[in-house]
Amino acid sequence: MSELYEIVWHGRGGQGAVTAAKLYTEAAYYQGFKGVSAKPTYFSERRGAPVSVHTRISSEPIRTYSNVTTPDMAVVLDDNLLEMVNVTANLREGGLLVVNSSLTPQDLGLSGPFTIALADAFHASEAAELIVEGNVLISTSILGPLAAASHLVSLENIQRAVAGKFAGKAKDRNLKALKLAFEATRVFRRKPADAVSASAR
Amino acid sequence: MSEVKIITANEAAAEAAALCRVQVIAAYPITPQTPVTEELAAMVERGDLKAEYLTVESEHSAMASIVGASQVGARVFTASSANGLLYMHEMLHWAAGSRLPVVLACVNRGVGAPWTILNDQQDSISQRDTGWIQLYCRNNQEVLDTIIQAYRIAEQTLIPVMVCYDGFVLSHTNMPVEVPSQDEVDRFLPPWQGQGLLESGRFVNLNPLILSEPRPDAQGNLMPGYMELRHRLHEDVLASLAVIHHTDEEFQEIFGRSWGGLVWRYRMDDAEHALVSMGSLALEATRAADSLRVQGLRTGVIGVRAYRPFPASALVQALAAVKTVTVFEKDVSYGYAGALATDLKAALFDAGVSVKFSGFVAGLGGRDVAAGQIVQAATDAILNEPRYGWVDVRGSST
Repeated sequence: MSELYEIVWHGRGGQGAVTAAKLYTEAAYYQGFKGVSAKPTYFSERRGAPVSVHTRISSEPIRTYSNVTTPDMAVVLDDNLLEMVNVTANLREGGLLVVNSSLTPQDLGLSGPFTIALADAFHASEAAELIVEGNVLISTSILGPLAAASHLVSLENIQRAVAGKFAGKAKDRNLKALKLAFEATRVFRRKPADAVSASAR
Repeated sequence: MSEVKIITANEAAAEAAALCRVQVIAAYPITPQTPVTEELAAMVERGDLKAEYLTVESEHSAMASIVGASQVGARVFTASSANGLLYMHEMLHWAAGSRLPVVLACVNRGVGAPWTILNDQQDSISQRDTGWIQLYCRNNQEVLDTIIQAYRIAEQTLIPVMVCYDGFVLSHTNMPVEVPSQDEVDRFLPPWQGQGLLESGRFVNLNPLILSEPRPDAQGNLMPGYMELRHRLHEDVLASLAVIHHTDEEFQEIFGRSWGGLVWRYRMDDAEHALVSMGSLALEATRAADSLRVQGLRTGVIGVRAYRPFPASALVQALAAVKTVTVFEKDVSYGYAGALATDLKAALFDAGVSVKFSGFVAGLGGRDVAAGQIVQAATDAILNEPRYGWVDVRGSST
């Protein structure tokens, strides 16, 4: 049986979801997964519009490029999107939800049979001076909470992918943002009670 | 040394063109092809690729420029999609009729109106009868490898080659691609000698008016008439079946990868049921075949890599032993059925192969096609009456 992990990334156009997903799939390839893919779902390619990226990570080469409908992980780059997109509707039981947020799961109205990892990727990137033309870039810092809450891809391999993409100061700042977000991650493992109620459904 | 990169099919196409040492590129940007043009323009600008990059005002001019450059011996490249490709239509005929080894990457997109930027294969299928070779790819590695193969095929046959891959589904999806070294590509693809037409003091009339009847030229040589040239093109496109097949074998000797030549097979050895498709949809069909086998239906997949020339005998051979054939394709000939289904059915009829045959149109304008939907349609086609149908049409239009 081949292992297959499916991830859906939710962000806004220009926010870095495509770059983040690409870096994570690269890191997964370094980790030894032979099949990795990251497919952006486009319609109107404009800044600020909700976009998603569908990623698959497998021990075998990928044979499907259709949309991911029941992800193992959902990654949300902007917590305002939680009001617009039901990101947990099809999240697999026991899955992982990662949100760029300074709030708590209660504040965000999040609960369910899944683990929640929260990190303020925005402030991590800001602290790392990862700012271009006034925009704080979070495409690498959002990978911090993923590495902190999931063993699928190690922090070292994510660092390797980031180091391969950027050079000079940009590289240092991206690596710093990643590390800061990794360290600032708050992980809320799913409660056993949730698991029971989920399996009883 | 080759190197594995996590890249999109558009990046793979640009890498391939550069590795083939193209000398003239003329392209007009159109979604989802645009990143190909951006990448190549950047390579030329940086000096990494020694080529002329012509920023033309339209796709028609892009192909016209490429035709001119190829005619005087340059190795040329362009890319387009959808309405841009349609705008080239006249010049596509011109490239094939002039017997020029042009290579074009078609990033498949639905044709407007109604406007869409998303994927289907109506654009390249609509260019079926221009005299071009058409090859369809199932992943980004195949895109890179097929463009390299395309130059060998085109320069050997003097027939232009269109390398087709699904917009967004492949063009914007990152996946691992082994990028070969320049040395390996140089070994496989020597410089094109061209036709040596540009020489000082030598005057030639390119593409002269051809009369209907064969007649002697100024030197007294009997020249073919229009119909003889058309017949020769047709015969040579048919004969390119063998060239496409052998090129893939020769490619494997150097690069270690084969894509099946004309058609590829998945779990066909003991199959009673065959799913037939092209491009990324054919790869999705392999997952559907796995599921159908779990249901007890011994199913395999035939992927059509070369659509023109049509590999009729390879397909007949691959399908001779099955009970049912179900085609899935992202195009339609309005008023009849899908192009692949009608061509394949004719090939089976000619060979006297009688099977239960169904054809489905799927995934137009970017409608997602999941393996489960292929399973559902195929199960119906296998167990019930054969039919032509559409997958996942919703609402009042059904």
